[in-house]
Amino acid sequence: METATQTLQKQLTLIQAITDALDVMLSENEDILVLGQDVGQNGGVFRATEGLYEKYGEDRIIDTPLAESGIIGTSIGMAVNGLRPVAEIQFFGFIYPAFNQIMTHASRIRSRTLGRFTVPMVIRTPYGAGVRAPEIHSDSMEALFTHMPGIKVVVPSNPYDAKGLLIASIEDPDPVLFLEPMKIYRAGRKEVPEGKYTVPLGKGNVLKDGEDVSLFTWGAMVPLAMKAAEQIEKEQGICCDVIDLRTLYPLDRDLIRESVEKTGRVVILHEAHQTGGVSGDIISLINDTETAFLSLKAPIEKVTGFDVPVPMFSLEDHYLPKGDGIKQKIEHVYNY
Amino acid sequence: MDVTFPIKQIVNGDGDLVDASYKDKLTKDFVTKVYQKMLFARMFDRKCVNLQRQGRIGTYVPFEGQEAAQVGSAMALSDDDWMFPTYRDHGATLTFGHSMRNVLMYWNGRYEGVLPPKGKNIFPPAVPIASQLLHATGAAWAEKKKGTDRVAMAYFGDGATSEGDFHEGLNFASVFQAPVIFFNQNNGFAISVPTARQMHSKTIAQKALAYDMDGVRIDGNDFFAVYFTALDAVEKARNGDGPTLIEAVTWRYGAHTTSDDPSKYRDQTENDVRRETSDPVTRIERFMKASGMWDEALDELEKKASEEIEAAVGEMEKAAPAELNHLFDYVFETSPWPIREQKDHYLKSRGVNA
Repeated sequence: METATQTLQKQLTLIQAITDALDVMLSENEDILVLGQDVGQNGGVFRATEGLYEKYGEDRIIDTPLAESGIIGTSIGMAVNGLRPVAEIQFFGFIYPAFNQIMTHASRIRSRTLGRFTVPMVIRTPYGAGVRAPEIHSDSMEALFTHMPGIKVVVPSNPYDAKGLLIASIEDPDPVLFLEPMKIYRAGRKEVPEGKYTVPLGKGNVLKDGEDVSLFTWGAMVPLAMKAAEQIEKEQGICCDVIDLRTLYPLDRDLIRESVEKTGRVVILHEAHQTGGVSGDIISLINDTETAFLSLKAPIEKVTGFDVPVPMFSLEDHYLPKGDGIKQKIEHVYNY
Repeated sequence: MDVTFPIKQIVNGDGDLVDASYKDKLTKDFVTKVYQKMLFARMFDRKCVNLQRQGRIGTYVPFEGQEAAQVGSAMALSDDDWMFPTYRDHGATLTFGHSMRNVLMYWNGRYEGVLPPKGKNIFPPAVPIASQLLHATGAAWAEKKKGTDRVAMAYFGDGATSEGDFHEGLNFASVFQAPVIFFNQNNGFAISVPTARQMHSKTIAQKALAYDMDGVRIDGNDFFAVYFTALDAVEKARNGDGPTLIEAVTWRYGAHTTSDDPSKYRDQTENDVRRETSDPVTRIERFMKASGMWDEALDELEKKASEEIEAAVGEMEKAAPAELNHLFDYVFETSPWPIREQKDHYLKSRGVNA
């Protein structure tokens, strides 16, 4: 359940909510530390750790050498030895040098040691396209990690969830990959409670209730999904059930099932490449959940990025899903 | 390069004390204890090779020839310190207090195999090469942050020095002055590839220079050089004076693993020469005999060690079959629904009650 110990609200952007979550947890637990490139004096290249270095000092807000495997590998050693590292990888596209450490160690040390050694750590990283960033800065490879046993994958889409999900991730006893949609880091301020609260991992959220078509999505695609759903309702009276999945492993099966049972028509939207994307797991989940599968009135449709490397920014608008494409798929499943 | 890294030696292959400054430290009691541990390590290793040949354990990674490096470095640690071994370092882990039965279980494909006795900080053997240098650095760094005087020792071979994680591990340890000892066993070969193909550098020890770290090159078959060098590095780390890279030059007599045939890539008659001139166990025996420390009672050691090893093999072999729970229940603290359901479904299909 979502819990709030404070009712005072403040207006924060998504990235400010992340800073706030780190601040809340750093002040509560001395074992928590933040490490990564430029997270210290510079406050992070996106300012996610702004002010924390001044408040908590260089022993807890640690600028590391420029080495992703080193950041994750030493974090594993610290986590195994009782600390709670929150490691930042500056961009998701730079996580690959650390892949070995995550795949062969962080995600399987609990299994390998039957629970003797564990890795309670969070890897935070900005992801996704649409901000005219240089090459390799715009990747969306979440499916590499949902396929990996032993790590949870979390993606917030608004300031409230960002803070609550990050706090829940830091408190989780196992490794969590926390993907931050950089396109909507500053998409607007929303009310965020002061102090500590959590949004549970593994639970999605119904953003807009509808009877006609289920629209499953996450991260930076959420605002796009909401806009398309609002437009198509106004234009054609098609009413979408828009669901922000928030956690990609484990998926919120109950929420997906309930929505599909209600609508019988599904569109899945993600900016990651199509083949091997998380949409495949959602379709598989619906297939394996008899009441959902038997409710289907149309083949499930997907709107995704292409199976091409995320392009340089002159072409990224062509790569990314667009509102008209989403509306076409909604219309298609609705009229099937 | 101007700086050289001569090989440090205290007792040579003939059993002669070549560094007289250590004379008083080599007491009969101490040397006898060392001999026991070295002999034990060798016998354990030979037993495991036999067990593999008999099909009683799986593929095994032998370390015969590297006993001095492993036993000497492990003896330099204190009980509360951390050890980050590779899959070839059971000589070190057993010396540091690992369970013999569990080490055997590991080679029998059992998860219990990585579990040291409770409270013993021995990490599971690293399989991806050099990845453990970062864990050791992180664990040591955590000790420094907690304000303890515990240290971590990372084990790795010559091939590991080509990996990025070797450099990242040394660099992080250097930048944050983590109390970690990087203990390299240079046995000359990474499976079949000789050190000349790993590096153009003349030594591994010299790589420490790049990190402004102490680098020491030692005769890895000389227990005393290993032990006293490691002890100095451990004390230095404990006192807050940072990490050390130790290159222990050694030789594995056997194959990379029991699945490997070393005669394909090197002349195995080299072993005969080395057993005569630089063997780590024989040289202690020679030293003891030359210095009047040899006791007829030591002839009984082999029998006693053999009994202990046989007892552990017996325990390993009579262990109940691996539990299916181990397959499913330790991926996360609380299993999410996909794992819960996969487990239930599988157990039902096997007619097992959950």
